[in-house]
Amino acid sequence: MDKQRRKFLKIAGVTALAGIGAPALIRLTSSTALASEHGAAESHAAEAVHGAPVPAAPPGVRLGMVIDMRKFSEQPEMLDNAIAACNDAHNIPQFDNRKSEIKWIWKAPFENVFPTESSYHLAKNVEKADFAVLCNHCDDPPCVRACPTQATFKVKANGIVAMDYHRCIGCRFCMAACPYGARSFNWQDPRPYIKKYNKDFPSRMRGVVEKCNFCGERLALGQEPACVEACKGTGAMVFGDLNDAQSEIRQVLDKEFTIQRNAELGTKPSVFYIV
Amino acid sequence: MYNKGTIIPGLIIFVLIVTFPIWFNGLKAGTLPKPELPPGGEKKCVMPVEYMRANHMQLLNQWRDDVLRNNDRIVVMVEGKKYRKGLQMACMKCHSNKEKFCDNCHTYTAVKPYCWDCHLTPKEAASKEETH
Repeated sequence: MDKQRRKFLKIAGVTALAGIGAPALIRLTSSTALASEHGAAESHAAEAVHGAPVPAAPPGVRLGMVIDMRKFSEQPEMLDNAIAACNDAHNIPQFDNRKSEIKWIWKAPFENVFPTESSYHLAKNVEKADFAVLCNHCDDPPCVRACPTQATFKVKANGIVAMDYHRCIGCRFCMAACPYGARSFNWQDPRPYIKKYNKDFPSRMRGVVEKCNFCGERLALGQEPACVEACKGTGAMVFGDLNDAQSEIRQVLDKEFTIQRNAELGTKPSVFYIV
Repeated sequence: MYNKGTIIPGLIIFVLIVTFPIWFNGLKAGTLPKPELPPGGEKKCVMPVEYMRANHMQLLNQWRDDVLRNNDRIVVMVEGKKYRKGLQMACMKCHSNKEKFCDNCHTYTAVKPYCWDCHLTPKEAASKEETH
């Protein structure tokens, strides 16, 4: 009896020691591997704007847009045409009060479009200009992460941040998540406020969120987005595949200095501006 | 049996009330709906008639997911004519009268699909026609 108790205590003691000591031992032996991992993370962090590691851009088609504000300040009425073309193509209602406003592409001043850029001593033409703003079709869209029903999602084939209005429950989490204000909520039935219908496109109903879809339905027909088509020939809006080195948009991006909206948030917007 | 005099007439009245909708219509299911055939005279649909009758709602959901999520907006060819996948862009091109085609059966079976909350019926679309 006595002997057995002694044996049990010995085994228990050794087991306890091993249990406590094992993590320390593992940490000691794998210290070299850990150190190199840490180094890699640091070099990644150096690339990132605010510390998170930046994964490589996803392969495949990634649609994007360059907006050349120099062209728009030369012909300011062109932006009105682009907005009107979008409104017509997508059955967008026109409300008088700003609370109900539905916006896919709209105008905003520099300090609202680029709130983190200094607007101290801005060039006169930039200060007065109306910037064209629309959904940035981010590579890492916060709206998609916020959506509880997967009503908004990233289309794998082309990188468009699209919406399935059938699934939207109108919770407006995506509106809170979007740092660009690119989403609008239908507070009331939009139908009576639509001036004329595009019979090939649906309207929306009360209680859903809507946004720019980069004209997915027009791209399928081989057409350019409605806004891009409205400024055809001027180069004010260039649309194309950001991952295709031969595309028109890449030629522009390679040549010109461009800025993105709130790039420091890490959403990786697909819309670039030449100011 | 106690209270035979009240229980049996009571049961008879109960059964009569419960079966009221059946016998009131003369043991008939009412006139069967006859959805209008395409006014343009098209004879062939994207799928056989029997399939469409039973499963058109699944097909519409499939098209919705294809178009919106899978970027598969390919056209459907029926007898050499091209249609773009979609309720407004394919179905209503032939079945151009929603009231006489869709509503006919939906009213009879008391289903209320919410398609037309967003999608435009040909009539609605024509009410504010694009001028250019």
